[in-house]
Amino acid sequence: MTTDDAADADAVGADPRAWFAVGDGESPTARVRNGTGDAPADWPTLAVESGFADDEDDYYSALREATLAATRAEVNERERADDRQLLHAVRAMDDAERVANELAERVSEWAGTLFPDSGTGVEGCRELAERDPEGPAEKRVVSLATRVAELDRESDELEAFIESRAPVATPNLAAMAGPVLAARLISLAGGLETLAKKPSGTLQVLGAEDALFAHLRGHGSSPKHGVIYTHEYVRGTRPEDRGSASRALAGKLTIGARIDYYSGDHRPELEAELEERMRTIRARGDGDGGDPE
Amino acid sequence: MTETDASLPDGVERREFDGDERLCTRGSPVYGEPTDGEWRAWDAGRSKLGGMLELGMDTGLSGGETVLYLGAANGTTVSHVADFAGPTYAVEFSPRPVRDLLDACEPRSSLFPLLKDARRPETYAHVVEADCDVLVQDVATRGQADVAVENRRFLADDGRLLLAVKARSEDVAAAPDAVFDDVLAGLKSTYEVLETRSLDRFHEDHLGVVATPR
Repeated sequence: MTTDDAADADAVGADPRAWFAVGDGESPTARVRNGTGDAPADWPTLAVESGFADDEDDYYSALREATLAATRAEVNERERADDRQLLHAVRAMDDAERVANELAERVSEWAGTLFPDSGTGVEGCRELAERDPEGPAEKRVVSLATRVAELDRESDELEAFIESRAPVATPNLAAMAGPVLAARLISLAGGLETLAKKPSGTLQVLGAEDALFAHLRGHGSSPKHGVIYTHEYVRGTRPEDRGSASRALAGKLTIGARIDYYSGDHRPELEAELEERMRTIRARGDGDGGDPE
Repeated sequence: MTETDASLPDGVERREFDGDERLCTRGSPVYGEPTDGEWRAWDAGRSKLGGMLELGMDTGLSGGETVLYLGAANGTTVSHVADFAGPTYAVEFSPRPVRDLLDACEPRSSLFPLLKDARRPETYAHVVEADCDVLVQDVATRGQADVAVENRRFLADDGRLLLAVKARSEDVAAAPDAVFDDVLAGLKSTYEVLETRSLDRFHEDHLGVVATPR
């Protein structure tokens, strides 16, 4: 018997809590995925009693079919939340923000000639967009301001998208770096795979390529940090210790990216180890004799 | 040696692979382990349950049991369990390892994969049957005792909990022994602990626990 026959058989009165008790138009596979229940029961026996399965073997083969199909579908769906999506989203977010700022400058320059009390920047555009234009020139300015405000909202929505996707696509990296920084690192490296294969010293200076190559050409000192500078662990550490802080952070982020790429399970102990290490580094600055907290 | 062999379930044997006696089960290979005919070696260094059997812990396993396995990951251990046990429910939360787990399920008729969170048993109680003989737990998360307590509902009153506690998942900074004490204390009201053994020989900072519901 296939699980499809089973859908008809359930009318006879399968326990409504069971995965095989399918309602109208629902498949057993969908029930396995989305169903819930407080307590288990002797499902094999109930399935045979209700006529869902001919015997226990029949039940288990239907169960196998349904769990394999449900799990395969769910894995495929969750995996589509992958690194490529993050890469595009973070680049789009940055583009939207940059263009919004550029246009906002143009708008405030123009608006200043028409509305003496107009504000500046994206904030000013948002407020201009609310106004009632008089005449064709004002109409153009208000319309442009509306687009800036919308572009800015799009950038916020892209950020929200990254925040929801990154923890699924890269659980460890996102947990330690934060979703947006995780996406930025993936974008700078060109993908999770390439990021996972980079040494920690490279991840540490991703985004500081100009300074790095200037250094390699013999000008200036080597950069201590690239885009990971935006992380609280680097920015919030006193300048003398930022080199150590970014080295420690980059090391753990590299391990996180590798686990995300090769295995995919979330390991909270990594965050705890990083936390511990940062506490040690920051304790150096807590003054002499002061007990590190 | 004969004494420890008596503790092995039916379907698990010790055989020689490349000159070493190793645990093995009969089934199709999953992770590139050495094989000898239809037998495949069970790597105790990659499997906490394998380590518990290798150390001769009294798991109470005899073969043919109904098993709920929490933290199946990519199927390394649960594939061996399904080789000697009966219906085996494999719960794992991360999609990526589950892709490999599906490959391990493919050639096995009584291994059922579930992409579910072991901390939320209500999301699979409509699928997993009551009165399982064995609950195997190997989850790397904080609150390992809570997971075991929450999943007690699937276990028969005379069933066994086979638990591998990972100290570093609870608290990296604390001494492993202190973590183990906390976890055992967390189990106390729900389970009677029958045996504990350090799995250090195979898995650093892990404790193997055999328990039965109170």
